Amino acid sequence: MQRFNRRGTAIAALLGAGAFALAGCSSSGSDTDPSESAGGGGDTMEPVELSFLVDNGGTTLGSVEALTAAYTAEHPNVTFAIEQRPGGSEGDNIVKTRLQTGEMSDIFLYNSGSLFQALAPTKTLLPLDDIANAGAIQDTFKAGVSVEGSLYGVPVGTAMGGAVLYNIPIYEELGLEIPTTWDEFMANNQRILDETDAAPVIQTFKDTWSSQLFVLGDFGNVLAADPEWADKYTANEVKYADGPPAINGFVHMQEVYEAGFLNEDFASSTFPDGARMVALGEGAHYPMLTFALSEIQTAAPDNVDDVGVFAMPGDSGPSPLTTWLASSLYVPADTEHPDAVKEFLSWVATPEACDIMTEAVGAQGPYFVDGCTLPDDVPRIVADMLPYFEANNTQPALEFLSPIKGPALEQITVEVGSGIRSAEDGAALYDEDVKKQAQQLGLEGW
Amino acid sequence: MSTSAGTPRLNRTYSWVSGLTAIAISTVVFIVPFIFIFFTASKTTIESSLLEFTPPTEWAFFENLVEVIQTRDYILVTAFVNSTIITVGSVALMVVVSALVGYVLQRRKSRLNPLINFLVLAGLIVPPAVVPTIWVMQGLGIYKTLHGLIFVEVAFGMAFCILMFRAFVSTIPRELDEAAVMDGAGPIRLFFKVIFPLLKSVIVTVIVVQSVFVFNDFQNPLYFLPGDQGATVQLTLYNFQSQFQTSWNLLFMDILLITLPMLLMYIFFNRQIVAGMTSGAVKG
Amino acid sequence: MWFYLPAAIIYGVLFVVPTFASFYFSLTRWTIFDSEFIGFDNFVTFFSEPFLFDSLVNTMIFAVITSGAKVVLGLLFAVFLSSQIIARGWLRSVVFFPVLVSAVGIGVTFSVLMDPFDGLINQALGWFGVDGPGWLTDPDLALISVAMVDVWRGVGIATLIYIAGVVAIPQEYFEAAKVDGANATKSFWHITLPLMRPATTTVIILSLIGGLRSFDLIWTMTRGGPGFSSDVLASVVYKQYQAGFYGLSTAGNVVLFLLVAAIIIPLFWFLNRKEVDQ
Repeated sequence: MQRFNRRGTAIAALLGAGAFALAGCSSSGSDTDPSESAGGGGDTMEPVELSFLVDNGGTTLGSVEALTAAYTAEHPNVTFAIEQRPGGSEGDNIVKTRLQTGEMSDIFLYNSGSLFQALAPTKTLLPLDDIANAGAIQDTFKAGVSVEGSLYGVPVGTAMGGAVLYNIPIYEELGLEIPTTWDEFMANNQRILDETDAAPVIQTFKDTWSSQLFVLGDFGNVLAADPEWADKYTANEVKYADGPPAINGFVHMQEVYEAGFLNEDFASSTFPDGARMVALGEGAHYPMLTFALSEIQTAAPDNVDDVGVFAMPGDSGPSPLTTWLASSLYVPADTEHPDAVKEFLSWVATPEACDIMTEAVGAQGPYFVDGCTLPDDVPRIVADMLPYFEANNTQPALEFLSPIKGPALEQITVEVGSGIRSAEDGAALYDEDVKKQAQQLGLEGW
Repeated sequence: MSTSAGTPRLNRTYSWVSGLTAIAISTVVFIVPFIFIFFTASKTTIESSLLEFTPPTEWAFFENLVEVIQTRDYILVTAFVNSTIITVGSVALMVVVSALVGYVLQRRKSRLNPLINFLVLAGLIVPPAVVPTIWVMQGLGIYKTLHGLIFVEVAFGMAFCILMFRAFVSTIPRELDEAAVMDGAGPIRLFFKVIFPLLKSVIVTVIVVQSVFVFNDFQNPLYFLPGDQGATVQLTLYNFQSQFQTSWNLLFMDILLITLPMLLMYIFFNRQIVAGMTSGAVKG
Repeated sequence: MWFYLPAAIIYGVLFVVPTFASFYFSLTRWTIFDSEFIGFDNFVTFFSEPFLFDSLVNTMIFAVITSGAKVVLGLLFAVFLSSQIIARGWLRSVVFFPVLVSAVGIGVTFSVLMDPFDGLINQALGWFGVDGPGWLTDPDLALISVAMVDVWRGVGIATLIYIAGVVAIPQEYFEAAKVDGANATKSFWHITLPLMRPATTTVIILSLIGGLRSFDLIWTMTRGGPGFSSDVLASVVYKQYQAGFYGLSTAGNVVLFLLVAAIIIPLFWFLNRKEVDQ
């Protein structure tokens, strides 16, 4: 075994050296010039290398690579070793396993809201209240990454809307109006079905997560009808199966399927397919998160401005936009470099950092840091989103108001959306599914 | 005496007709998917997105190859080194320790045998417990190390090997053991000089099967060897899946590249499998 | 006795200890940092999972189809590939090729080939005027489709084990049988088949365990979907683990273990006894 030992160490050492190099010049996605401010730092501090766990999504990875490269350029003593993990539930697993076993990197990127709550932040994470720019982070965001009055996260990226992406040329050709109620939406669908070759509604159930938008994106309407719904839900006083307003999302899915509005390959299409279809006009509506923008930018760069967005229509308009918080950077409680990490995170909460992200991955939506601005010329999706924020006509998604999210929602919405199960059954089944989550969290009343 | 196999001419016809039929069928069933992988890996991004079973109109094999290898700072190279070390190390260890167990288990009748049999079966049946395993590995200081992962792979793969060895030791006549003992061989010499060589065919089988298993394993490295320094080839594929979401050509190029070593290994051992079988097993 | 030692140490430390630890955790509500003893509540919750029964049935269907097909096809392939045909070596290799590809690789490839519209399989069927089904998107078909791919991938190992067995049969047996006037079919039934019992035992045990525990291919191809229609016990357990219900998922693992053990151990004992009898 001796032999393996030595060999293993030698290789690990070699690769360690490679990782340094990687962190130094890896910003392939950004145009930041490292030489520009290289002398600026002039620190004589001890060199530190911070490990940094990021999911492998294009936008987050691109943002993080640009941020770390720029920071190292200013502070040559601080370097980063970026490590990728898969996204989705596989990634949840990895984050939890590594926190649980004390093997988390110095900084990691993860969701805000209910997923963050499930990390047992008070035990696993480092409070960040004392970073210099904590005050610049907007309160809406802080609410999604705080527990018991302590702040644990710093935002990376922008707000997103969970809404309906639509193809503008189709709307112009048929002279359609942006629907503000569900009935208007269905009427538009009928006209699109009758008068064009495009599918009125795109669904992409091969990526099961994408099936949840009719339900999750409708939450703004639920809150509009009953502002206390989320709290009652957490206290086990209301259920999806109780009927409107909460069940509407499930009912809408069933209606859309039964009216034959879906693209014929909805069961085998993927999220990139959906992004391409709505951009090229193969379909008219795609209920999706606005982060689909970056997918559209790669899949159909010439048609980015053919796609607009409107809030998920509810029973009575005008519907609020259901919004998602940006992902956040967290620090495990047992990091070896708390000071270096906090300094970096404080820098991430500055307009300078926002601009670096905008430059690296484009404007994706409004930032959560005071003083951050967007360029004047933003893609149409972002431009359509901004009025909702300016008019304060937004509502957070349920996962930022309640820690309860059942794991099987995506399977259930696939079933309801493909006619395998009725809306009522689906809602009831989901109510059953969240019970386990509530019990696991040890909530009152379950 | 009326069997068709009796007459040489019919025999030749049989040999050709069924051989050709088999080649035709096996090509459709077993080769077409590989050709599909190869074609797609050689296409440009746009053409590959059509996912058609056609030869590429424009060959981009080398461009794709270079791009995949360069992705993320040559992580694929790291991954190949790691995967090779893990595969070779764990398979070698597995073969030796399991052959010992398989041999003793088959030869010595002892009261412990039912228990050991049960443990071996349990090893095949019980799904590994991730978090407790990490705790044990941390306690031993072998978490996040290549040799730690090697031991884990050995622990998880052992049951299968023992089962194989046990089955094949039974085909070696006991008289051989006895003769060797008469010649004054101790248990170690008996095992390594007499028994081990006779197990050649099953060893080759075990090597091939377990190499494939370890090399293609993706969950164990994911949990027990986290970090880019510990990337293995399957993890690159997993990560590329989201990274190359719309670049099917690069995704399939990665599949092609990480399948190639196993294909080469198999071709290398293929003769030995046949040779080993005829020399070793037949005598039983 | 010390022959056991190296194996026992590795196995004991890295497998037996963690496994027993996980048995304890199956009796707790285990969150990321705490575990609270709750007795058999997890088992109660597990058995009240809405899709538990369906997934049990799916597990059985999958295991029986795949191991049955591997035994039958493996034996037939082995006998055929041991007879005098041209290109025997090549054919033997070809059958084994799929074994060499990883589950993720196969999953990606077959998801593409089985696409209901653009997939090669349905396009090929289209040439014959057949309107191919949604192999992985039809809830009634998804599980069977994955099982077929699993057979495609695994039949090579079964064939290899059987070939080793067929080659080991002394030629004299067949020659003697020929002298006695037996034809090829008779030789197969009366010589090959009985002598294949140890190999069959191995193939059945391995493929049945593999089938009952099967997870990777199902996960990469359908994730248990559409909906819950191709969920098997292992994928249910995995989804619970992913959701952070560690106690519940370890309880599920214990159930899975007991189920497999309840099927395999009697079968193992039965098949082995027969073997000794011979």
